[in-house]
Amino acid sequence: MDLIKIFLVAVLVNNVVLMRFLALCSYIGMTSDVGQSVGMGFAVTFVTVLATAATWPIYHFILVPLGLTFLQILIFILVIASLVQLVEFYLKKNIPGLYASMGIYLPLITTNCAILAVTFENISFKYSFIESIVYAVGVSIGYLLAMVLLAGLRDRMKSSPVPKFLQGTPILFITTALIGIAFMGFSGLIK
Amino acid sequence: MKSLWKTFKQGIIYENPLLMLMIGLCSALAVTSSVSNGIGMGLAMTFVLLFSEIVISLFRKVIPNSARIPIFIIIIAAFTTMVDLVMKAYFPELSKSMGVFIPLIVVNCIIMGRVEAFASKQSFLPVVFDSLGMGLGYTWVLVAIAAFREILGNGTFAGIQVMPGNFQPILFFILPPGGFLVFGLLTSFNIWLKNRMAKSEKAKERA
Repeated sequence: MDLIKIFLVAVLVNNVVLMRFLALCSYIGMTSDVGQSVGMGFAVTFVTVLATAATWPIYHFILVPLGLTFLQILIFILVIASLVQLVEFYLKKNIPGLYASMGIYLPLITTNCAILAVTFENISFKYSFIESIVYAVGVSIGYLLAMVLLAGLRDRMKSSPVPKFLQGTPILFITTALIGIAFMGFSGLIK
Repeated sequence: MKSLWKTFKQGIIYENPLLMLMIGLCSALAVTSSVSNGIGMGLAMTFVLLFSEIVISLFRKVIPNSARIPIFIIIIAAFTTMVDLVMKAYFPELSKSMGVFIPLIVVNCIIMGRVEAFASKQSFLPVVFDSLGMGLGYTWVLVAIAAFREILGNGTFAGIQVMPGNFQPILFFILPPGGFLVFGLLTSFNIWLKNRMAKSEKAKERA
């Protein structure tokens, strides 16, 4: 039951983009096309879950016993950066099909703040390993959802009369504000 | 001296990271629901920017070019850790309300951008002025957005009641969608400003 709650809160109630302003760069930059936004969404899901699976044990089994928890920021970012590199090498060599569809997004992901935020929060919320993984999946599905929503709306926007002073980036933020208002409705879902 | 002053002004206005370059947006939207958060985040960011730029500029001749990005990240992470620990120790309330955004300074594109584009090529003094300009440029925009949102959304400025007692706060502006709306309007204003600046420059050229 708790796991379902963690998942739903991460996807809908505290949506990572719409409610928490994380990963805005890729949200604005990568949503000009629905296919691209789906690719980015799955790549982020993949890396977030992997990063969580790697950083949680490192924190609890290495940093805590050694009393090095203050190195958290440094270690986590290095782990994530090298992990992304490794995944990229592995995919390129062994699963070229997947690499072709996802690989181009991988280098961008290292600096995606949502991933780093998830790994920090798993520690500060004191989640167990299973809860951390569920939280990571939830956050990234929420990210995917927001990406696809905006990409779909941008498709429609191409053929609609946007007021002149809002053309370009401003209308994206205004649209996001409106999607955000809709998502506020989910806040009653969990007490 | 004149060129140093110019470097400083670049960050405050002409190359303002938030208004003109539009980088580092995540933290800018997230922490601006209150003015005190905005000031705290701005100063934390300025600190990390100043010291990372100084250290990298001093060591720029020793850092091998091929390994520079990981080295930059380690240096930035070290100063971010300092800020995080200091804020947790001395400003626990502020640190709690900003949550994960203080450690996330480490992946803020403003810092990486300035370090890569400026500090790794310049000497000590210009670097100090550049980082202060960029940092304060970031801070003032944060405070401006935060003031707008807090005054309308809560009727207060940095916790002090400024609106008349019968003012009904518009809660919307404090909530996340309000942040997106205010920022959308701000970018719209920027584009207008940029066009105007470009036009006036053209007019100067013609004259």
